[in-house]
Amino acid sequence: MSKQVDARGLSCPQPVILTRQAINEGEFPIEVLVDTVTSRENIRRTAEKLGLKVEIVETGGEFKITLSK
Amino acid sequence: MSERITRFFASRWGILLTGAVIGILAPLLQRAGNPANMGICVACFERDIAGALGLHRAPLVQYIRPEIIGFVLGATVAALLFREFRARAGSAPIIRFLLGVFAMIGALAFLGCPWRALLRLAGGDLNAILGLAGLATGVFIGVQFLKSGYSLGRAYKTGPLVGWIMPALMLGLLLLRLLAPKFSQEGPIFFSEKGPGSLHAPLLISLIVGLVIGFLAQRTRFCTMGAIRDLILMADTHLISGVVALLMVAFITNLVLGQVHFGFFGQPVSHSQHLWNFLGMALAGLAFALAGGCPGRQLFLSGEGDGDAGLFVLGMITGAAFAHNFALAGTPDNVADKIVGGIGPYGMGAVLLGLAFCLIVGFTMRERS
Repeated sequence: MSKQVDARGLSCPQPVILTRQAINEGEFPIEVLVDTVTSRENIRRTAEKLGLKVEIVETGGEFKITLSK
Repeated sequence: MSERITRFFASRWGILLTGAVIGILAPLLQRAGNPANMGICVACFERDIAGALGLHRAPLVQYIRPEIIGFVLGATVAALLFREFRARAGSAPIIRFLLGVFAMIGALAFLGCPWRALLRLAGGDLNAILGLAGLATGVFIGVQFLKSGYSLGRAYKTGPLVGWIMPALMLGLLLLRLLAPKFSQEGPIFFSEKGPGSLHAPLLISLIVGLVIGFLAQRTRFCTMGAIRDLILMADTHLISGVVALLMVAFITNLVLGQVHFGFFGQPVSHSQHLWNFLGMALAGLAFALAGGCPGRQLFLSGEGDGDAGLFVLGMITGAAFAHNFALAGTPDNVADKIVGGIGPYGMGAVLLGLAFCLIVGFTMRERS
């Protein structure tokens, strides 16, 4: 069971803050749910900067971002 | 293809391009007729719109600014083209409205939004340093709240109508600008005959520049408050690189156009009452940070369907009306009589009240699970 961060509907920068908290806890993989392209790109940029692998699946206007080492 | 364009705009080059384009176009708008060091100012231009509609009756600052209309509609076009238009709302709307009101009161104490603070500095107005320092201080306080769990709660997907209200209002404003009806003999629509409100670039140029910037900024999420916030919060230099590009390019463009004049006293539409320049923008910066975007960003968000951002914009327009009706806004330095301008006692009270309101919001709003 992977760790989940539900950041849907939250405005900048809360999705990134919650994701970073989860990353700092060190349990991978992490699944992040967001519903705007802005949040998706912000989380992608943050994760890539930290050298994490990023996988994105879109379903019905929402994005499931899976972060793994 | 669309995904590749999206990645470009999300890249460092995308944000640099947006900052540089604003940095060139704003001084050119000034050359084309907009007020000095005010090629673009979201706060001032919303204030002018409030005046044109008669929400305040300050005769020098009344005009329906097509740049604002362009910002929203340019963002709408971009969001539709890239399938990002999403009607959403419901994240503490009444708080966002009041944050907009106080953000405007703070910005008008300084006489400008963050964009104009940058443009003023790029034109040699050193008072902008106090304003930008205040802005950074306000955002810094906002970041402390964010770190301790501050949240206005979630927005939810809603009916498309919610997302279309702001673009529709902007189309309505465009109609009023074009038809310029007189609703009663002494009544609106008002267009200033002298002062900053009377200075404006031709309608079509203003509108096109607005649309271009709205489009680019929607794609790149350009945001001056976010730039400072991300730098403080996570040492992320992405957005700030766009802001620096804006400042540098605007400075160079101003040099080329002969629009740079260094100094504190007597700068165009500005005052040198240092403490209140600082505190006014500190209030604005804190309100932007708590609401998640600078005035420009709120316009772009409102264009892509964010009803909460739309309410923040309407709050700013309301705040502008209060600022002038209640004599809260800053008065420019009086060069002829060598009198330093600034805000009066009511303005000072309003800035302090705004800071108190923002602190209460920052301390009390947490996401409920």
